[in-house]
Amino acid sequence: MVKTEIKLKGMTLKNPVMTASGTFGYGEEYADFVDLSELGGIIVKGTTLHHREGNPYPRMAETPMGMLNCVGLQNKGVDYFIETIYPRIRHFETNVLVNVSGSNIDDYVTAAAKINALDDIPAIELNVSCPNVKQGGMAFGVTCSGIEQVVKAVREVYHKHLMVKLSPNVTNIAEIALAAEAAGADSVSLINTLLGMAIDAETRKPVLSMVTGGLSGACVKPVALRMVWQVAKAVKIPVIGLGGISSATDAIEFLLAGASAIQIGTANFIDPAISAKVAKGIVEYCERQGVKDVNELVGGLII
Amino acid sequence: MKQIIDFIVIEKQSFQRAALLRLHCDEPLPEIRGGQFVNVRVDGCDKAYLRRPISIHDVDYQNNTIDLLIQEKHEGTKKLCALPVGEKVSIVLPLGNGFTMPEKDDNVLLIGGGIGIAPLYYFAKTIGKDVRSCVSTFLLGGRTQNDLMLLERFRSVGDVFITTNDGSLGEKGFVTDHSLWNTMKINKIYACGPMPMMKAVAKVARDKGIWCEVSLENQMACGIGACLCCVENTKEGNLCVCKEGPVFNIERLLW
Repeated sequence: MVKTEIKLKGMTLKNPVMTASGTFGYGEEYADFVDLSELGGIIVKGTTLHHREGNPYPRMAETPMGMLNCVGLQNKGVDYFIETIYPRIRHFETNVLVNVSGSNIDDYVTAAAKINALDDIPAIELNVSCPNVKQGGMAFGVTCSGIEQVVKAVREVYHKHLMVKLSPNVTNIAEIALAAEAAGADSVSLINTLLGMAIDAETRKPVLSMVTGGLSGACVKPVALRMVWQVAKAVKIPVIGLGGISSATDAIEFLLAGASAIQIGTANFIDPAISAKVAKGIVEYCERQGVKDVNELVGGLII
Repeated sequence: MKQIIDFIVIEKQSFQRAALLRLHCDEPLPEIRGGQFVNVRVDGCDKAYLRRPISIHDVDYQNNTIDLLIQEKHEGTKKLCALPVGEKVSIVLPLGNGFTMPEKDDNVLLIGGGIGIAPLYYFAKTIGKDVRSCVSTFLLGGRTQNDLMLLERFRSVGDVFITTNDGSLGEKGFVTDHSLWNTMKINKIYACGPMPMMKAVAKVARDKGIWCEVSLENQMACGIGACLCCVENTKEGNLCVCKEGPVFNIERLLW
């Protein structure tokens, strides 16, 4: 029997597999395909203080082994989440985390404080790395001072597990992670999408309505893996790895690079049942390798 | 309930830049409504990372098969059209909401443009089964006669009228130019096809005060309402075509 439990501050994951924000709806969309109780956690769609319509269509461009999106945090706002969605999902037999975003510090703080009051949400993932919104979003996540400001402010009102989602669109991600840690983050998750672009040569126009968008999917995995490795060496808080994970083997690689847990994102679109398969596959790998506790794999890279 | 099922291609008919695949699975098929779609995995094609949403052309519960009529557009659909008999295909189904069933004694006009004719056949069959007194008429449009496939199938479930842009089959012009508009009594219109065609149909329906539903095909990633990529800007704001549609009453749309 392989021990798969991952302990994070204030929260225990039954296994290291979570689903990434923006790729798993509110969990309900996937309930036909996945027994949610087989997951370590689900991170629901990016939530902002106020209703956001998001960006105009087209919001997606397929790329080799990946996709670009510029959804732009479409959501009905934190109050709608609390009144309408939370009652439906609070009793899922897994950790339900809310991804929180904002266009200024006050918005982040107000939304985080409202979610702090929800008994069945053990953590938030602070989104300082969305590349698809004009104000806020990634702007906070690309400088040490920006991330410090927003994490410090949220830390004052948010008393449960505070995960901070990092942008890969920076020169030195380890420095940004250290700044988040110093400002009070309990963990960091990385990577959010890589800023990219697609052009239609026939029409000579950009494919996406916002011209640029965030790249995700299998194609980003090597970059994500490298960044997780760099950050895990730099910080003391747990690192949650994501970026192109599409199989149990991919997940194991992230654990070996230093991630304490992982998130599955775009792969959910291709195989809606992939998250539970990865959780099972991690156990199979451990059995085959004689690993008794998944935690033994964390940072187990042999160089 | 939505499912991921492995199907096998058991029959295939090829057309110019399109193919009809009959797919069989061992497990019982979920209940499928006319106008719903499937999301098909394209194996071994690095330019088709995501599944391809394809409307359901026919369902046979007795033999446990579905038919998909697929047009070659880009790499992914080309690969699907080239699938040989015996190949395994992973399919997520059934997705989206279908067309609204007409009522007793309705005169229904089903308008298809190009590959948009595909879902209308199965929908007309379900109308014939559920609402027997209802008369279904097809108005199918293509650029040329080669765009209009399987007409004998359509003729088996309703009268078929045709337009082609080059006049190679039926009346010359667009579906909205057809002479039946002057003579036929119509209560309900269902349309699926290229966006300019559906917008033109919606305009005619509005001018004549006829109830009308259209099936949109905005580009999708997940197909189940999670990614919010395929949104249509409606009177209710941005709605996912995959989950809230793909069928919309024109009164909900901004066009």
